[in-house]
Amino acid sequence: MIISDLLEETFLALSSNKVRSGLTILGIIIGISSVIAMVSIGQGSQASIQASIQSIGANLIQVQPGSQRSFAGVATQRGSAKSLTAEDAQAIADEISVAQAVAPEVSSRYQVAVKGTNTNTSIVGTTSSYTQVRNVQVIEGNFITDQQNSSVAKVAVLGPTVSTDLFGEGVSPVGQTIRINGSQFTVIGLTVIKGGSSFSNQDDMIFIPLSTAQRYFSGDEYVTSISVQATSEKTVDELETEITNLLLSRHHLDAASADFSILNQTDIIATASSVTETFTTLLAAVAGISLVVGGIGIMNMMLTSVTERTKEIGLRKAIGAKRKEIEQQFLVESVMLTLAGGIIGIALGLGISYVVSVLGIVSTSVSWSSVLLAFGVSAAIGIVFGYYPARRAAGMNPIVALRYE
Amino acid sequence: MIEVKNVSKTYVTGAGSFDALKEVSFTIHDGEFVAIMGPSGSGKSTLMHILGALDVPTNGTYVLDGKDVSTLSEDELADIRREHIGFVFQSFNLLPRASVIRNVTLPLVYKQIPKEQREKIATASLKSAGLDEQYFYHLSNQLSGGQIQRVAIARALVNQPSLILADEPTGNLDSHTGQIVLETFQKLNREEKRTIILITHESDVAEHADRIIFIRDGAIESDKPV
Ligand SMILES: Nc1ncnc2c1ncn2[C@@H]1O[C@H](COP(=O)(O)OP(=O)(O)OP(=O)(O)O)[C@@H](O)[C@H]1O
Ligand SMILES: [Mg+2]
Repeated sequence: MIISDLLEETFLALSSNKVRSGLTILGIIIGISSVIAMVSIGQGSQASIQASIQSIGANLIQVQPGSQRSFAGVATQRGSAKSLTAEDAQAIADEISVAQAVAPEVSSRYQVAVKGTNTNTSIVGTTSSYTQVRNVQVIEGNFITDQQNSSVAKVAVLGPTVSTDLFGEGVSPVGQTIRINGSQFTVIGLTVIKGGSSFSNQDDMIFIPLSTAQRYFSGDEYVTSISVQATSEKTVDELETEITNLLLSRHHLDAASADFSILNQTDIIATASSVTETFTTLLAAVAGISLVVGGIGIMNMMLTSVTERTKEIGLRKAIGAKRKEIEQQFLVESVMLTLAGGIIGIALGLGISYVVSVLGIVSTSVSWSSVLLAFGVSAAIGIVFGYYPARRAAGMNPIVALRYE
Repeated sequence: MIEVKNVSKTYVTGAGSFDALKEVSFTIHDGEFVAIMGPSGSGKSTLMHILGALDVPTNGTYVLDGKDVSTLSEDELADIRREHIGFVFQSFNLLPRASVIRNVTLPLVYKQIPKEQREKIATASLKSAGLDEQYFYHLSNQLSGGQIQRVAIARALVNQPSLILADEPTGNLDSHTGQIVLETFQKLNREEKRTIILITHESDVAEHADRIIFIRDGAIESDKPV
């Protein structure tokens, strides 16, 4: 049989039973559309988690005081201990070549007031390299300079959220005076809106010189964390090792009793990715099961159709159709069904992920490979679940088939 | 030309074996119109299945147009049916939701004849089968019994077969319509020199043929001209 005839026969056979064909492919439509939607939602959330981790700063390593686990097996609260100093930060900057920039910080929450308006926010004492390490930009005014650090200046750079809270929407805070925990500070800058990140919202912070924070607030020489940027993505791991070695020797400790811990951004991304990946796989697996169920529906319909058309099969054989031609006809029918289901399912899945994106639930990302895969899978389901019914049709004895009532 | 030599057919079932045909031999020349008669269960349909290359004999040889059909495989039998044989069945066997033209062109589809030519050939054979042109594009389930049988005859003619086999073609028709169908066969035989084998158990049907082979219990009882 010529291809065009085969397709015509298939079309006529399927359209002669539209309701049944439609109901049968519903399983495939649901399966394919949920695979597409689930994968796009999963990949979308993975991408947004990665982006929000990256927004904290690229190739970042964070050193925090306190060991993750002491030798006695009792975990010390990270960040609560006091073991890191600004000198440690300076040593990292001076002695490690793969450390591109180092920003020590002292952070704590304090009450901030401006003429009767009050807010409680994070006060971060840091140095000028913070802008580079943590990817912060100033939209108005300037960030803290090294000079202000050495002169222990009482100047502050506001995050956009804090600025809005204190001065109102669209009002420039630069040049104004604020009171942090009772001390007067002059606002010298405003940072760019970065958007909320679940890890640390840099929009809701006030930056002041590190020395100022130590003198007026914490009252000691320690820092609460040191952020270090590696020269490139490839040197992040090397940087981690070198910082560990340097700090251990500076603190005269061995590896087992380290009084600091290191958070590697690459590891965080990897962990977050593996979590979302597992989640995506799980969702896709559930959707995949519905595909299999859909496939069984196709097989059921094809078997019914073969039985119903026993006489037709007998006739086709009597007028000279070969086994292969009968097999082809039924196989093409089931593949057509599943492909139609696949195409509708892909459209529906794209629609769902678009709606999810537009509604702002998750910004989804459709990968064309998953669309292609869905297309292939639906064709494969047609072949796999259509094969047995087609074989059954092809194997019919024409005499028996002709006699069938 | 059909040469049947010592053809036997034994059916093996759970209850034992049954000889439906026993050493049957005859020759049918091109252009003959032969009726095969016999009581129910005598082996007429069994014989037709072998003559129509739907089945092969257990023993003996069947040579159609010089080709031994008795030892062929399933697909080779399909080739024989497609190229040499046209069937007319008792219960018509048209595709119900398809038009008359589509039913008649179906054998040509398997013969891989291009679409443009198919309709022309089908129209010609519908005309020889005597169906009125106004019905060509009707659905086959909108036709009368006599019209359906003419379509079935046209379909049997369409691949230019050397042999037309009809198993009780008038069995489902009233006597008047049956008469018209039989006259169609006669006309095809006389005017187009088609070889026709008609299977029936009614003698008044068989009398339309030129020669009657009578079988009983799987063996030929008589073989004589009308
Ligand atoms: N597939 C089969 N398996 C077993 N026995 C069969 C089979 N087909 C036919 N027979 C037997 O062979 C014998 C001849 O059957 P056949 O159908 O050829 O008869 P027939 O002459 O066509 O009868 P009728 O006029 O009733 O159609 C019958 O006794 C039947 O039971
Ligand atoms: Mg019979």
